[in-house]
Amino acid sequence: MATNGAGRPRPRGSGFELYSWLFMRISGVLMLIFLLGHLYIMHIINSVEVVNYNFVAARWGTPLWRTWDLILLLLAALHGSNGLRILIDDYIHSHGWRVVALAVLYVLAIGFILGGSLVLFTFQPVAS
Amino acid sequence: MKVKLRIKRFNPQKDRKPYWQEFEVEAEKTDRVLDALHQIRWYQDGTLGFRRSCAHGICGSDAMLINGKNRLACKALFADLGDYVTVEPLRGLPVLKDLIVDMEPFFAAYRAVKPYLINNDQPPLKERLQSPEERARFDDTTKCILCAACTTSCPSFWVNRDYLGPAAIVNAHRFIFDSRDQAAEERLDILASRDGVWRCRTIFNCTDACPRGIQVTKAIEEVKRAIMYAKV
Ligand code: SF4
Ligand code: FES
Repeated sequence: MATNGAGRPRPRGSGFELYSWLFMRISGVLMLIFLLGHLYIMHIINSVEVVNYNFVAARWGTPLWRTWDLILLLLAALHGSNGLRILIDDYIHSHGWRVVALAVLYVLAIGFILGGSLVLFTFQPVAS
Repeated sequence: MKVKLRIKRFNPQKDRKPYWQEFEVEAEKTDRVLDALHQIRWYQDGTLGFRRSCAHGICGSDAMLINGKNRLACKALFADLGDYVTVEPLRGLPVLKDLIVDMEPFFAAYRAVKPYLINNDQPPLKERLQSPEERARFDDTTKCILCAACTTSCPSFWVNRDYLGPAAIVNAHRFIFDSRDQAAEERLDILASRDGVWRCRTIFNCTDACPRGIQVTKAIEEVKRAIMYAKV
C-alpha cells in the first residue's frame, strides 16, 4: 500500500463499484426467480425422461423461452464473472498476474455470452 | 488459581519466525489477561512486548487475539476464558514485536476518511446546536476507541490490505450522519471507491469483535445505503 507520512492517497472514487454491487444483489434475486422457474419446469412439471432434443427444440420454438434462457445466460455469466473479478481483486496482489487473470476471465466471460447467444438466436430445429 | 498463557512471541532482531511460549501465573478469576501479562513482564520475562495505556477499556491500546477472538486484554476476564489462554498479536497488521503490531496502515485508512468536523459556515457565537434526535443518529459510532479489533478481524481486510476497513467506515459514519458536518458527500465519495465499503461482504466478524459493542456491520450497511441513495 502506498503510504507516506501524510497518510494514504485519496482513494479513487467512481460509481462503478456501486453499480457492480447493486447488480450483484438484483441479479441474485432475479436468478433465484428464473432458476427456480427453470428447475420447476424442467424437473417437476416435466419428468427428466421427456427432456430431450425434441423437447428443447419445441421449447425454443417460442420467443418467450428463448428470451427466458437468454436472460438466464446473461445474468449467470455476468453475475459469475463479476464475482470472480472481485475475488481476483481481493486475492491476486501482483499487478502482472492480476492483469493476466482478469484478461482470461474477460475472454472466457465474453466467449460464454457470445457462444450462448449465438446458439439462442440462430438455433433452427431439425427433425430428429 | 493457576493460569497458563500460551503467547505468540516474535523478536525481529533475533527470530526468523514467530514461536509459542508458555507462562504460568497465579491469577484470580476476576483478573484480566492484562494483569497476567503484567505479571509476566514484571516478574518472569521483562522482554515480553505488548501495548497498554489506560488499562480500563478506553484507550484502545491493547487489542489482541485472545483465545482466537479479538478482545482488549484489559477487559478479558479469566472467569470467561478458563485457565488456559492463548494470546496472539492482531492479524493483518505487521508484527513489530511479540504482541505489538504496526498500527500505521490502520491509522492511514482512518485519516483517509477525514475523521473530523468539516463545516465552512461562520462559527456561531455559542455551540452548534443539534436536536437529541439528530445526535442519536450517529450515537453508536461515536463510541469507537480505535483499537483495530474490528478491522483486524475482517477476512476481507486480511486478504486485501487496501480495503479501508470497518474502523475507518465507522469513523466516517460518525461524521456523515452528523447534522453539523458538511462533508458527507466527500466522505461518501471516498467510501464509494474500490477500496471502500464494497469490499465488505457482511461477514459480521467486526461486530463480534468490537469491545465497545458498536453495531459495526450495521454502520457499514448504512453507509452503503447512503451512497446508493445519493447516486442511484
Ligand atoms: S469500531 Fe469497535 S472494534 Fe473497531 S476500532 Fe472502534 S472500538 Fe475498536
Ligand atoms: S489498555 Fe486502554 S483499552 Fe485496554
